[in-house]
Amino acid sequence: MSIFSGLGGRASGLFSDIKGPWGPKGSGDEPSEPTRGPWADSSGQGKRGTAQPGSNVSSLDEFLRKSRARWGGGSGGGGGLGRPNASMIVWGIVGLAVLWVIFTSFHSIAPEQRGVVTRFGRYVDTMGPGINLTLPAPIHRVEKIDVNNIRTIDLGSATGEDLMLTGDQNIIDIAYSVRWNIRDPEHYMFEIARPDETIRQVAESAMRAVVSGVTLDEAIGDRRSEIEAEVTQMMQRILNSYRAGVTIQGVAIKKADPPKAVNDAFKDVSAAQQDAQRFINASRAYAQQLSQRAQGEATAFDRIYEQYRLAPEVTRRRMYYETMERVLANVDKTIVETPGVTPYLPLNQVTKQTQRVQEPGQ
Amino acid sequence: MMNFVKRRPLLSGGLLLFLMIVLALAFPIVRETQQAVVVRFGKPVRIINAYDPVNPIGGSGAGLAWRIPFAENIVWIDKRVLDVDMDRQPVLSTDQRRLEVDAFARYRIVDPLLLYITVRSEERLSEALRPILGSQVRNELGKVPFVALLSPERRGVMEDVRTGLNQIARQYGAEIVDVRIKKADLPDGTPLQSAFERMRTAREQEARSIRAEGAKRAQIIRAEADADAARTYAASFGQDPAFYDFYRAMQSYQTTFLGENGEPPAATSIILSPDNDYLKKFSGR
Repeated sequence: MSIFSGLGGRASGLFSDIKGPWGPKGSGDEPSEPTRGPWADSSGQGKRGTAQPGSNVSSLDEFLRKSRARWGGGSGGGGGLGRPNASMIVWGIVGLAVLWVIFTSFHSIAPEQRGVVTRFGRYVDTMGPGINLTLPAPIHRVEKIDVNNIRTIDLGSATGEDLMLTGDQNIIDIAYSVRWNIRDPEHYMFEIARPDETIRQVAESAMRAVVSGVTLDEAIGDRRSEIEAEVTQMMQRILNSYRAGVTIQGVAIKKADPPKAVNDAFKDVSAAQQDAQRFINASRAYAQQLSQRAQGEATAFDRIYEQYRLAPEVTRRRMYYETMERVLANVDKTIVETPGVTPYLPLNQVTKQTQRVQEPGQ
Repeated sequence: MMNFVKRRPLLSGGLLLFLMIVLALAFPIVRETQQAVVVRFGKPVRIINAYDPVNPIGGSGAGLAWRIPFAENIVWIDKRVLDVDMDRQPVLSTDQRRLEVDAFARYRIVDPLLLYITVRSEERLSEALRPILGSQVRNELGKVPFVALLSPERRGVMEDVRTGLNQIARQYGAEIVDVRIKKADLPDGTPLQSAFERMRTAREQEARSIRAEGAKRAQIIRAEADADAARTYAASFGQDPAFYDFYRAMQSYQTTFLGENGEPPAATSIILSPDNDYLKKFSGR
C-alpha cells in the first residue's frame, strides 16, 4: 500500500513539475514577469477580501512560482542553481520507475517454488523455477508457493482420547497425522476455500470410513499399515474431486489403542496369553523328563535282560542275594525259630531293646 | 485547457482525483476466486466470471472488467468450493440405537444470479443449508440399521444424502460436491458405558478361553508323554514279564528299605521266619 501512495506522490510530483514548463510555453512569448503579476495581484488585492484564507493559495502560488522560475530560468539561461536540481528530480523519478519495473518484472523462483501469475486477478500461468519475466506489478502479479514443503496436520489428540467406532462396534482411541504438499498451486489457490480446514475434515472423514470397515483387533494390530494406505488413497480421491491441487504424501497412525476404560481387560488378554504359554512350557518340560526317564529305565532293563538271558538262574540268584544283602544290612533283624510264636512276640519291647542297644553305641 | 489548469489548480486537481475514482470504479478487478453479479439500481444485469465446469480457472471471466460507475453495483460471490459444517446430530437407526453424527458438505456456487436473487450472499446460503443438511443426514441414516450406520459410504447412503441436498441447493444456485460424515460416535453416558462394558466382558472371555486353551494343550502334552513312556516301558519290559516282575521287585526292595537319592528310610525292623527263602541255607538244606 505504501508503495502505491509513494507512487501516487511521485506521479503528482511529476505532473506538477511538467505543468511548469508548459505554462510559460502556453502563454506564448510573454516574459515571465507579467504572468506572475496577475497571480500575485489576484491573491493579494483582488477577489479575496481577507488575507487569511488566501494564505493557503499563496503558498501554492509560491510553489508554482518557484517551479516556474526554475524552468523559466532554464530557458532563459539564468539561474545556475536551479538546473541540476530539476534534472536530478526527473532522473530520480525515472530511476525509481525503472527500478520498480525491474523489481516487479523479474521474478526469481527457487527450485522448491512455483510462481502463480495473475493479470488483473486472472490466472495466466504458473512459472517454474528460475528467473522469469512478467509485466510490471499492477498488471501482473506473482504469488510464490512452496510445493516441496511437506506440511503435517495432527489429528486426534495424542494426550487425550479421540474415540472412533470400529466395524465390530468396538471403540478405538486413535491419533494420526497427515503429510501433504501442494501439487498444483493454481488449483490450491483458486479452487478451494480454506484448504487446510478442508484437508483436516477430509482426513477425519476418511479415517472414520476406513476404521469403520475393520475390526478392533485389526486396527490395533496387524492391519495398521493397510489402514494408513487406504486412508491416504481415499483422501487423495476426495481431494481430487474437489480439485484441491494437493498430494497426500501419507497418513501415519501414531496411536491405536483400546480406550482407557477397558485397557485393563485388554492387558489381561496378553497376560492370559503369557499364562497359557507358561502352562504349555511346563508340561513340555515334564514330557521331556518323563520320556528321558522311561528311555533310561527301559534301556537299563534291556541291558540286564540281555545278560540274564545268557544265564537266567545264576543271574537271578545273584541279583536276589545282592539286593537282600543290601537291604538286610541296614535294618534290624529278628529271626524267629519256632513256627507259631511270631504273633505273641512283644514287638514293642523288641524295638525298644534294639534302641537301647543302639543308643550307647551312638 | 492548460489555461484552465493554470488558473484553477485546486479544481483541476480535484477533477483529476474524481476522474481516477471513476476509472477505478468503472474497471473493477475480478479475481479468480470470485464471481461478480453486476446490479444496476438493484436489478442484476450480468455476471462476470461465472463458474464454468469445463474450464474452471484461467478462463475469460476473471481479470479487468467494466461497469457503469455509480449506477452499477457489484456483489461478490465466492467461486471456490465452500463448506458447510453440520452441528452434531443424534441419529436413530432402524433398530433404535443412537449415534451422534457430525457431517459436512462441500458445495460450489454454480449460478451466482440465482443465489443473489434467493439469498443474496453465500454466508446466508450456508445458514440456509446447515439445517437442511442436518435433517437430510438424520432422515437418510434413520432408514438403515445400526451396522450400516457405521460405514454409510458403503451402502450409498451418503450419495442419497447428497442427491437430496443437491435438489434443495439447486434452488439457491449451488451444487453439492460431496457430503461426508466426519464423526459417528456413541452418545456419552449409558450407550458408551455399555459399549465399554461389552468390550471389557468380551476381553475377559477371551482371556479365559486363552488360559483354558493353554491348560488343555498342556494336559494333552502330558498325556502324550505318559503314553509314550508307557509304550517304551511295555516294549522293553514285555520281553519277559516274569523277569521284569523279579527285577522290579528287587529295585523296589532296595528303594523301600534303603531309601532313594541318598535319603535314609524310616527305621525298619524285619522279623524273618527261618522258612524264608533268604534264610533257607541256615538250616543247611
